[in-house]
Amino acid sequence: MYDIRELYQQLIIDHSKNPKNFTVLKDANRSANGDNPLCGDKVTIYLKLEDDVIQDISFQGSGCAISKASTSIMTTSLKGKTVEEFQTFFDIFHQMVTTGKTDSIVLGKLAVLSGVHQYPVRVKCATLAWHTVKNALEDGIRKIATTE
Amino acid sequence: MLKTVKNSVKNDSNFIDVEKVRRDFPLLQNHYNGRPIAFLDNAATTQKPQVVLDKLNEFYTQYNANVHRAIYHIGEQATREYEDARKKVSDFINAPDPSTIIFTRGATEAINLVAYSWGRHNLSPGDEILITEMEHHSNIIPWQLAVKDTGATLRYIPLHLPVDGTLDLQSLEVNLTNRTKLVAIVHQSNVFGTINPVKKIIKAAQSVGALVLLDSAQSVPHSKVDVQALDCDFLVFSGHKMMGPSGVGVLYAKETLLNSMEPFMGGGEMISTVSMEYSTWNDIPWKFEAGTPNIAQAIGLGAAVDYLNELNMESIHAHENELMDYASDMLKNTPRVILYGNGSKRGAIISFNVEGIHPHDLAQILDQDGIAVRAGHHCAQPIMKRLNVPATTRASFYVYNTKDEIDRLCEGIEKAINLLC
Ligand SMILES: Cc1ncc(COP(=O)(O)O)c(C=O)c1O
Repeated sequence: MYDIRELYQQLIIDHSKNPKNFTVLKDANRSANGDNPLCGDKVTIYLKLEDDVIQDISFQGSGCAISKASTSIMTTSLKGKTVEEFQTFFDIFHQMVTTGKTDSIVLGKLAVLSGVHQYPVRVKCATLAWHTVKNALEDGIRKIATTE
Repeated sequence: MLKTVKNSVKNDSNFIDVEKVRRDFPLLQNHYNGRPIAFLDNAATTQKPQVVLDKLNEFYTQYNANVHRAIYHIGEQATREYEDARKKVSDFINAPDPSTIIFTRGATEAINLVAYSWGRHNLSPGDEILITEMEHHSNIIPWQLAVKDTGATLRYIPLHLPVDGTLDLQSLEVNLTNRTKLVAIVHQSNVFGTINPVKKIIKAAQSVGALVLLDSAQSVPHSKVDVQALDCDFLVFSGHKMMGPSGVGVLYAKETLLNSMEPFMGGGEMISTVSMEYSTWNDIPWKFEAGTPNIAQAIGLGAAVDYLNELNMESIHAHENELMDYASDMLKNTPRVILYGNGSKRGAIISFNVEGIHPHDLAQILDQDGIAVRAGHHCAQPIMKRLNVPATTRASFYVYNTKDEIDRLCEGIEKAINLLC
């Protein structure tokens, strides 16, 4: 018997109720929209990118607890990171939510989302914001839809 | 005194021994996380009684052969069983003749068949198709495609505002003109459970010479539907939503229409003669059943129809009404629950949201207790737009559901509130 609390850990519930960086970033120079048509989850990511460093990041949108918490924790983890570091994070995070393989040293708080891999249909909830950041970094402004 | 008499009569004809019914369904005997499975997603699909599973097994073990071709005896038996199933379905909806029953892959394919075989040959610029904002995507997209190909126009009867799960029927009169060639409308909403006043709509459509297609995917499984009394031109439904196997559905259409319509797909079975240059078509219904049909599934659907008849459609409907009344009361008294739709005539489908909890989180938490509900847009995005929500949670019942399962649903909701709010 599995326990649903492994998925909905306290940190996830806290972030979903009181998301961090949940605002429009006034001096953003990058932004992108992410859309998960299946669930109706929507997220807009705002980035302030200077010399390949994410100086600031925020988001707006609506979604389930998993997607909100994942986005919120992600924003707290990405501040001050370079684009290259983001790419490493992205890969490790993606691996974690799809396989359960966790590198908690690199991921820190994000490791709290490892329970998602038990629920394949929820993977896209956890990764929507990440895909959206990737898009904001690559294209600036474009609407994306996750394919997972 | 009169009341007592009425009640006892009612009880006699309406009695469903739900525990006995449940024993007919192997899947319902299973447990998940130590709890019996409470299957409350019957608008999506339904569980299968043993008699249907046995029938499939019987076909494959005793007379598996292709139909309408074989000279040998198991082929003849397969053909007989397949055509018997058609007769059972025909009687079930009181069709005038089995030849008006076309087996398709499901309701979706049946609507597409009409959109191609009738729509592509009968629509032209200036013509209008009237559907509603309450439709399942399967009764929207085929018409969007058809008007794209023919230059006809697609119009919508709006939902009544503020949204109460009913249609704004005043706008029916405005939208229904002599340009209207077809009214395609859902009989019972898969989101709100609303049973639309289709008889009235059919009368109105007939007065301007429009044909009517009823999407009865949610009504045929749950109540007595009589195509002759309704006088609809087309009616579609899916076998898997009425205890039958997946992969079989039905198109009923008036005989004159079927005879005048072009074939849908070409291939074996649907032809009469084939030469290198041209071919002639088989009689109805086979004209519309190209290729080897879904033989086992159709025969399985026949067994499902027998089972439903044995339970009695009126009794099924009464049992579901009772569940629905109970569920409405219980959910109304559950904190944070917002119910959608309160039409006066409703089937056993209830859509709701829990304030502060996304439907996907709710469904996930309910699943842990073995409760299966649907969370999402239910293939009806126009409705979600009108409700101004990304998704809803939906519980939908069938004859095997119990009040105990509804209690568990409400307990599960409270559990989710405690966890997430
Ligand atoms: C009202 C309605 N129409 C049509 C369909 C499509 O049925 P199917 O997917 O079996 O073709 C459904 C199924 O959800 C439905 O609820």
